[in-house]
Amino acid sequence: MRKIHKIPDLFLTFMKIGAFTFGGGYAMIPIMQREVVDVKHWVTDEDIVKLLVISESTPGVIAVNAATYIGYHIGGFWGALSATLGVVLPSFAIITLITFFYAQFKALLWVEYAFMGLRAAVAVIILNAVFKLTKSGKKDLFSILVLCAAFLVATFTGLNAILIILFAAIAGILYGVILARRNAKGGEPRA
Amino acid sequence: MASSSRAGMRRGANPVPEAILLLFRLFWTFFKIGIFTFGGGYAMIPLIQSELVGDGFITAESLVDFIAVSESTPGPFAVNIATFIGIEAAGVLGGVVSTLGVILPSFIILLLIARFSAKILESKGFKAAFVGLRPAVAGLVLAVAFTLAAERIFPSLDLNALRFDFGVFDAYAVIILTFIFVLSRKCKKLSPILLLLIAAVLGVVLYGIF
Repeated sequence: MRKIHKIPDLFLTFMKIGAFTFGGGYAMIPIMQREVVDVKHWVTDEDIVKLLVISESTPGVIAVNAATYIGYHIGGFWGALSATLGVVLPSFAIITLITFFYAQFKALLWVEYAFMGLRAAVAVIILNAVFKLTKSGKKDLFSILVLCAAFLVATFTGLNAILIILFAAIAGILYGVILARRNAKGGEPRA
Repeated sequence: MASSSRAGMRRGANPVPEAILLLFRLFWTFFKIGIFTFGGGYAMIPLIQSELVGDGFITAESLVDFIAVSESTPGPFAVNIATFIGIEAAGVLGGVVSTLGVILPSFIILLLIARFSAKILESKGFKAAFVGLRPAVAGLVLAVAFTLAAERIFPSLDLNALRFDFGVFDAYAVIILTFIFVLSRKCKKLSPILLLLIAAVLGVVLYGIF
């Protein structure tokens, strides 16, 4: 199944995916599905679902997760590497170009005014990302408590985000242990 | 941001090791961010804020500007922002090491999963950790949105230091925030780029003309 001659094709296909998706992450999945399932027949829809499940429970950049996973299945290590480099390259090239003009561009007064408007919009776009993040998750008391605690600590203390994430993971494990114990005692599992 | 990129040129006696040290720090910082980003894209922003704004790589304001630029250019958000910050801090090489740093954890982990198995992801402890992780990430991102909005409206506010100074009030920011928020909720199909474009025009009109 793993064929070396597919490696340039992998690179180009993922470069196309990287160049034509805005917003990254999950926004990339439908376009990736069209390219690698419908057009190239490299993987099946089931593989994409599996990939989504894996991306949900692993850290990092979702586009890179997808490129590595699909690339590996098609062309082994070198397939994974070329797909990943392909998906990253357009972003890298475009941003590098932009940074060359960014400083001169920012010096213009009306551009500064435009950025003052943009900064307000960024707050809204990030807020909308929260709605997306919470949509798929559970909405039990524990989740709500953790969300509120993380929000308050981050807003008013500036504790490092990595520490907050680690504490939350530990809290999740402890909560799991407590639930398991309670279920072992009570017999019937409770929500 | 300008001062940090100029710092590289101002350095005197022993420029090489310090430049390499800066590249290494950028790589390591983005590597850490790559490891602790759960949920992709925006989940990265609180981490960038903790790791990079506090460390003097970039200012809070330029981070917001970078987010706007990253949102309006194609490709993975993480790569856009890593490239941007890396180049601002240490030139094109800085962009390369930052990007490599942020993608390497994903690459290694997915390679291991594809090569061996995804069984560890199904273990009880791992799943339980995510029960805590997911809402925490949402809370962290919410904190970024809230802080950004609050500091737009009251520029002299510093929530992190518990300094509630409501002295300066920016009415235009309230108008833009409210307008963009209502617009984004009413027309959910509207792309973020279009929202940003509208906000930029509003910014020019309100701050520039009035």
